[in-house]
Amino acid sequence: MILEGRQLTIGYQDRVVGAGLDVKLEKGEVLALLGPNGGGKTTLLKTLLGLLTPKAGEVRLDGAALSARTVRERARLIAYVPQTHVATFAFSVEAVVLMGRTAHGDLFARPTSKDRQVAATMLDRLGIAQLAQRPYTMISGGERQLVLLARALAQEPQFVVLDEPTANLDFGNQGKVMREIRALARSGLGVLFTTHDPNHALRAADRAYLLRGGERLAEGPVRQILTRERLEALYGAPVQTITDEGGMAFVPG
Amino acid sequence: MNKARSAVPGLSIAIAVLVAGLLLALTVGRYPVGLGDLMNVLYSKLLGHHANVPPAVESVILQVRGPRVIAAMLVGAALAVAGTAFQGLFRNPLVSPDILGASSGAALGAVVGIYLSLGVFAIQAVAFLGGLVAVGIVYVVGMSVRSRDPILVLVLTGVVVGSLFGAGVGLVKYLADPYNQLPAMTFWLLGSLSATGVQDLFPLFGPIAVGAAVLVALRWRMNVMSLPEEEARALGVATGPLRIAIVAAATLVTSASVATAGIIGWVGLVVPHLARSLVGPDFARLLPAAAILGGGYLLLIDTLARTMAQVEIPLGILTALIGTPFFIWLLASVQKNWS
Repeated sequence: MILEGRQLTIGYQDRVVGAGLDVKLEKGEVLALLGPNGGGKTTLLKTLLGLLTPKAGEVRLDGAALSARTVRERARLIAYVPQTHVATFAFSVEAVVLMGRTAHGDLFARPTSKDRQVAATMLDRLGIAQLAQRPYTMISGGERQLVLLARALAQEPQFVVLDEPTANLDFGNQGKVMREIRALARSGLGVLFTTHDPNHALRAADRAYLLRGGERLAEGPVRQILTRERLEALYGAPVQTITDEGGMAFVPG
Repeated sequence: MNKARSAVPGLSIAIAVLVAGLLLALTVGRYPVGLGDLMNVLYSKLLGHHANVPPAVESVILQVRGPRVIAAMLVGAALAVAGTAFQGLFRNPLVSPDILGASSGAALGAVVGIYLSLGVFAIQAVAFLGGLVAVGIVYVVGMSVRSRDPILVLVLTGVVVGSLFGAGVGLVKYLADPYNQLPAMTFWLLGSLSATGVQDLFPLFGPIAVGAAVLVALRWRMNVMSLPEEEARALGVATGPLRIAIVAAATLVTSASVATAGIIGWVGLVVPHLARSLVGPDFARLLPAAAILGGGYLLLIDTLARTMAQVEIPLGILTALIGTPFFIWLLASVQKNWS
């Protein structure tokens, strides 16, 4: 199964953000979307999720147009992990994860015992089962990110799309989210995430997609694509490379 | 493994408030009725034989206070349920059922009805329709403005259209006969249940039952709808049609209660918040808790309105006296986790 954008022109009602974009995500691989602020990362991501309609071109999933599927069908195939935010109402962590099951029930459905089981399994898988009855509003940012990830997994999707999953997280939690992203791909899911940190792409992604000013600068295997020269072109700023026996890292110059 | 929070304690408190409200409303007043007499009358009514109390007592309980008590419960429950639905939909605990103009539309309908010297039922019908029309206009206008934040546009449209209808109310009051019509309009706009009789109960109950049933049926989807729009859609909820269904149901409920009781503010803002603190934000528990608590709350307020002074105090004034300090407290306490 492949999630694919073909010759996409992306943007909002009054404004084109990017054009001529081809993106391809296969199951079992991780694609990192990198680029400066305002470069179109989030717009592209929302277009691939079907939350925004492309102004031209087409998003295809499993060989058929994404727009031909209902909202509910889409939610059983692609899950979205938004940037963490402060929720309005103090739902329990379990309830938030159960919301991931919504697309598996009909309009009037309530979570079933099977739904509860799936939610518990996903909380367990991310090591946050002990949070189940805590209010979502009272846990830390890192925990919230994991809860949203558990909610996405509860959708039992084929693809997971994450918007800056490491933003607002401390160092340790950034590592944890990176490890979870790798684990998702190992379990056969296709993962797409945006990040401001090329090191996260190096660490967690198989391929990188560099987006600047709504245009694709480069795309390919992370280790080939992420070079100092390309990153300097991408961000329009100097970049330094640090190498040791463990690997390579980039630092803004 | 810790257990899920039980709804039983919270619901018990709500039921206790309702029972207290019922007992007070039926016994206290210009013609006090003893608790024993009350039980006697209700018990014998239930069994269908004659009560062993003076006929005046029976008539006060069944004919005078009974319909008013039922109306107060229905209106209180309706406003609380509608407020709960709108707060979830607009992801904002400071929203009340008149956010989309239902009250101002009903107000304009009612004052126009009074101005045209229509009958009581016609006035209620025009008020009810006024509420529906106002929200309909707000929805159509709000949705035709294309924006990345449809909810915000909807709320702002509600404010704007509401103030336009408010101007309409002002105009009709200005034109009205100052001796007969104007006092009637003023009285209606302040909210009261003093004129409520048995004949008012069905037109009140019907729309409230329909609207509340829709909201209860959609309770899980409403939980998801309280997330940001894009998240709800990514979770598989068709937010557009669902929002119309929720707004329509909540508006039906609001308009019916405003048409009967006039404008009673604050109940739909205060009660959902109290109910949420009792049973949590899950609509499956929150809707019944808000309905029960809202019924009890308005019963208590209405009993106060009847008994505090020689003349009846309009309900809208009492609810505002309680609601305003509550709102300020709410504003101060939720600001921390509400953006």
